[in-house]
Amino acid sequence: MTQLTYAGVVLEVNEEGYMLEKSQWTKEIAKAIAQEANIELTEKHFEVIEFLRDRVAKGESLTIRSIGKSGIVDIKGFYALFPGAPLKLATRIGGLPKPVSCV
Amino acid sequence: MIQKEEFPLKKVCLICAKGSIEDVYAALVMANGAVMEGIETKVFFTFFGLDAITKKQMTKLHTATVGNPAMRMPNGWAFPSLLGAIPGVEAGVSAMMRNQMEQLDIPTVPEFLEMITAGGGEIFACKLAVDMFKLKKEDLSDEVTDIITIGEFYGLCGGQGTQIIFT
Repeated sequence: MTQLTYAGVVLEVNEEGYMLEKSQWTKEIAKAIAQEANIELTEKHFEVIEFLRDRVAKGESLTIRSIGKSGIVDIKGFYALFPGAPLKLATRIGGLPKPVSCV
Repeated sequence: MIQKEEFPLKKVCLICAKGSIEDVYAALVMANGAVMEGIETKVFFTFFGLDAITKKQMTKLHTATVGNPAMRMPNGWAFPSLLGAIPGVEAGVSAMMRNQMEQLDIPTVPEFLEMITAGGGEIFACKLAVDMFKLKKEDLSDEVTDIITIGEFYGLCGGQGTQIIFT
């Protein structure tokens, strides 16, 4: 449990960098977290993040397959938007809990 | 202190040599899991594993109902091999298994292969097995990068932090 400052707001994050107080998330904080990972957030990024936040709000599990089927971006595009470990990165930037999916 | 693994896994090389649903999916889930973590991934399909990347077979994979000690009936009793030998039972049980996986949002084999390559993973076919089963490049999925020998595959598996996994 550490405290990090993003966009001027002090956030509690767990040892993997995920926000503990989900309600604190704003787009500015997202941009700041992304900046740290060397990503410039665009409209497309935010569309995907909104999609993920919707699913979490509805209690649905996050799978990379569902993103491919969402119609917002295909899986290749998703890897291009969030290079490396896209689902982990997108959820960390989006103020969501770490996904526990095998797919 | 944000935790960082001291010696992170950098590359995962999987070898899939069996063609039953459970063996193929084990390899595919492991490959996709690595790709999703941003780990460089290469998968080598050989012998009956080639069924997973052969266009004609990849949607019809089966699981054993004869001589499969882990196979159980829905109520938990052991699945008698005699029952499994009745024509149609193997196909039926396999179809049921594929349905169950679809309900859990587990992709079909062709989709899984696409997901793996979309994330940067590479898929290879074993030259020896391809020759043995008399297959051609056109018979294999479009996601297959190349048909190579095991020696060439080992050549791709070098580097620190690499693990080779056989399933």
